[in-house]
Amino acid sequence: LCRECKRLTILNSELFTLTYGALVTQLCKDYENDEEVNKQLDKMGYNIGVRLIEDFLARSSVGRCQDFRETADVIAKVAFKMYLGITPSVTNWSPAGDEFSLILESNPLVDFVELPDNHSTLVYSNLLCGVLRGALEMVQMAVDVKFAQDSLRGDNVTEIRMKFIKRIEENLPAGDE
Amino acid sequence: MTVHNLYIFDRNGSCLHYGEWNRKKEAGISKDEEFKLMYGMLFSIRSFCSKMSPLDMKDGFLSFQTSKYKLHYYETPTGIKIIMNTDLGVPNARDILHQIYSTLYVEYIVKNPLCVLGEQLSSDLFSTRLDLYIRALPFFSPRAA
Repeated sequence: LCRECKRLTILNSELFTLTYGALVTQLCKDYENDEEVNKQLDKMGYNIGVRLIEDFLARSSVGRCQDFRETADVIAKVAFKMYLGITPSVTNWSPAGDEFSLILESNPLVDFVELPDNHSTLVYSNLLCGVLRGALEMVQMAVDVKFAQDSLRGDNVTEIRMKFIKRIEENLPAGDE
Repeated sequence: MTVHNLYIFDRNGSCLHYGEWNRKKEAGISKDEEFKLMYGMLFSIRSFCSKMSPLDMKDGFLSFQTSKYKLHYYETPTGIKIIMNTDLGVPNARDILHQIYSTLYVEYIVKNPLCVLGEQLSSDLFSTRLDLYIRALPFFSPRAA
């Protein structure tokens, strides 16, 4: 399958939504505890993120970002568009410029999903937080990512809050001066 | 025109892959020491280039050449470094090194969940494809010019 054909292959979005739903449902059955499921989703997302970033860099021609603002724009306008087909808006910058929100009008992961009452603390799309955290760690940024609002839990929009913690410095391997 | 050899390092300095096509002289040290030397030198030279740059730096260190060979360097924001030694007939290999990253490393290693990142790559598929790719380069011939 040539490279161009691969790029044009469109995954059926329902299959994607159903697959994700099956994954969360299974995790709920296995762990029987919303907090634990949230943690597992974050962990799985992290493992996806550390690899996804390489695919992202290979396919987009984005180079290193100069600052956190540029990073926010690239995440919202290039990455989310490329992988989920949506473009969240970047808002609510903190005065120090180290925290911002991504507002998602729609979220392909939650199409047709309703949370039952006994899972009110489940962060259904927590995988996304892990993905963002893992991906940014691989480009030397330590960030904290969490859902501030969730349309599945009654809020009007879905809001992901991202906070820059620190730059991860490149080290020489141990044993060299 | 030819490609002598190729190194791929990850962000921690581990050598993920080494390929050799046309090397007439060895370094005289063990492979481990050679990889450490290569990585350490590149780390220093990149830091030197950025410190001593009289202007704002864009891509940083790209290549160096001697009277016999040229070393081409390519680095991704994730710290994956690809180094290729060719003879002097090859002007600019950055596109090729980017291709190696995007069509070989990302496709065959990153997207393979069974490949552990950060260790020496043991994927035969990757080695074979890389070998084919290098041999198919327009400036590759089995013997140096």
